[in-house]
Amino acid sequence: MIPREFLRTAWESIRKNKLRSFLTMLGIIIGTASVIVMVAISAGTEAAIEEQITGLGSNLVFVTASFSRGGPGEGMSSGGLVYDDAAALHEGIRGVEGVIVEQGASASLRAGSVSLDEVEILGTTPAFPTVRDVNLQSGRFLLEAEVQRKAKVAVLGAGLAEELFGESDPIGQTVTAGTTKLTVVGVTAPKGSVGGTDFDSRLYTPITVVFQKFTPAQFSRIVGDRVRAITIAVAEDQDLNETILQIKLLLSKRHEVSLEALDFTVTTQDDIINTRESTTAAFRSLLSWVAGVSLIVGGIGIMNIMLVSVTERTREIGIRQAVGASPSDIRWQFLTESLLLSLVGGAVGVVAGVGGAWLFGVFSEMPTVVVPESIILAFASAAAVGGFFGFYPANRAARLDPIEALRHE
Amino acid sequence: MMSRPLIELRGLSKRYGVGDGVVLALEHVSLNIERGEFVAIMGPSGSGKSTLMNILGCLDRPTEGTYRLDGEDVGSLDKAQLALLRNRRLGFVFQSYNLLGRTSALHNVMLPMLYDRQRPRTPEARLALAGTMLDLVGLTARGHHQPHELSGGQQQRVAIARALVNDPSLILADEPTGNLDSRSGEEIMALLHGLHAAGRTIVMVTHEAALASRADRVLTMHDGRVQADVANGASVEKTIAGAAA
Ligand SMILES: Nc1ncnc2c1ncn2[C@@H]1O[C@H](COP(=O)(O)OP(=O)(O)OP(=O)(O)O)[C@@H](O)[C@H]1O
Ligand SMILES: [Mg+2]
Repeated sequence: MIPREFLRTAWESIRKNKLRSFLTMLGIIIGTASVIVMVAISAGTEAAIEEQITGLGSNLVFVTASFSRGGPGEGMSSGGLVYDDAAALHEGIRGVEGVIVEQGASASLRAGSVSLDEVEILGTTPAFPTVRDVNLQSGRFLLEAEVQRKAKVAVLGAGLAEELFGESDPIGQTVTAGTTKLTVVGVTAPKGSVGGTDFDSRLYTPITVVFQKFTPAQFSRIVGDRVRAITIAVAEDQDLNETILQIKLLLSKRHEVSLEALDFTVTTQDDIINTRESTTAAFRSLLSWVAGVSLIVGGIGIMNIMLVSVTERTREIGIRQAVGASPSDIRWQFLTESLLLSLVGGAVGVVAGVGGAWLFGVFSEMPTVVVPESIILAFASAAAVGGFFGFYPANRAARLDPIEALRHE
Repeated sequence: MMSRPLIELRGLSKRYGVGDGVVLALEHVSLNIERGEFVAIMGPSGSGKSTLMNILGCLDRPTEGTYRLDGEDVGSLDKAQLALLRNRRLGFVFQSYNLLGRTSALHNVMLPMLYDRQRPRTPEARLALAGTMLDLVGLTARGHHQPHELSGGQQQRVAIARALVNDPSLILADEPTGNLDSRSGEEIMALLHGLHAAGRTIVMVTHEAALASRADRVLTMHDGRVQADVANGASVEKTIAGAAA
């Protein structure tokens, strides 16, 4: 028979049993959609990591306080990082390009007639532009002296500056964060979002101001000049492991703790990326199981329906054989039908997968990028499943004896 | 200088089942059918008429014996070659019409053309030829009707149009009027006689002596054997029951 006729016949048969066909396709739909979402998540994660690496520029080392003996509020005499540790690290370790301390908060902002709710306030120190690879668009960044005297100054992210002041120059203007009036001294150049952090819609102010004004009173009393994390930028040519060891030695001496019982942890950018990669890898393997299992279940569904269809249509097969359909004509007719089922299922799955990947990117932490090749992969898997699981029923139909088939009721 | 007969059967037997339950549906049937003959087959129920027709139609194979169609030994052909034979040279008309359900008369008539690889036709050509065939059987206006929208007689005419569409050398009709009232039966018979007059070879099973009497030749079967083979007009009767070639 002519291929086009096989297609027409197959399409007719699928159309005559709409609900049944749809249910049969469901496994294939879920399978192909999972393939696309899975690949989109991997690609998205890779892109995000890439962006993070290039966006952060230099080698970063993070020192985080671990309150292993007693939480904050009791026995705080030992453990934790203090503000002065940052300066000590900068001076005491070779190859350190910059050290910053960060403390986040959020507050409402007001400038003139514009007011915004829940703006991220980041308390930090002068080395921030070097360490975080941020440039200034106008004005200047925070000064050490301003940190020391808790000067009420602010540097605005590019996007925030525009939201608050529009076209006019923000430098020298006043913004009110909560109840604190801050004088704008600089605006950062646009950088966008890196690894989930939006650099452009934040307000930067001396960390001491955040401690004083934007952290709950009782918390700041306990914490004092303690900080939660210190971020260190290390020169590219430094041996990172050596630097980490030096950091541990220096801080353990300052904190008077042994190397075996450190009250802080040191992690690198790589560690963070690895954690992230392993989370997504776990997710990815879960999805590939879902994809694989639903494709197989979908294939079994197709096989089942095709077997039912061959039985139901035995007489039709007999009639076709009587007017001259050869075994290969019959085989192709049913194979076309199972392939068409799986490909239509695949197409619906691709649409669902692309939509799902997009929703995933919007509503979850995991960034997604739909990869065109994954659509081909999904289609190819669907076709392979249709062909593989359709073969047995098609062969069974082809082997029917014409006279037996015609007698079938 | 006679050319070979269209059909040559030699020692044809068909057994069903094994052991004690074995049924001999055909027993050593040997006969020839010439081109252009109109042969009627009669006989009581279970005498093997349909079994013989199915073998003639290459839908079934004999247990023993040879069947030559147009000089070609059908027994040596594989399934695909048999399919080709059915497609190109045979037209089968069944008692129960055997049309594809939920498929228009036109598409039913087109069906044999779809499997005709040697004469691929464009969809337009197929449609046109199917239309011509429906004209021929007097169903011009019913092309787009589905079988369930047609009377039994009309369905059988669609089936005849389908049997004719690939221009077969042999038309096999197993009780074509069996499910029809006498008027529709007459119409079908008129069609078959018209085809015969146009030179086609027809083999038809019937239970009605009146219909059989209008054929060139009547074969009477009994218990799987051809009991009588009578040429009409000249009432010469030769009994060939049990004749082994
Ligand atoms: N598939 C089969 N399996 C077993 N026995 C069969 C089969 N087909 C036919 N028979 C037997 O073969 C014999 C001949 O059957 P056949 O159908 O050829 O009879 P028939 O002459 O066409 O009868 P009718 O006039 O009722 O159509 C019968 O005894 C029948 O029971
Ligand atoms: Mg019969």
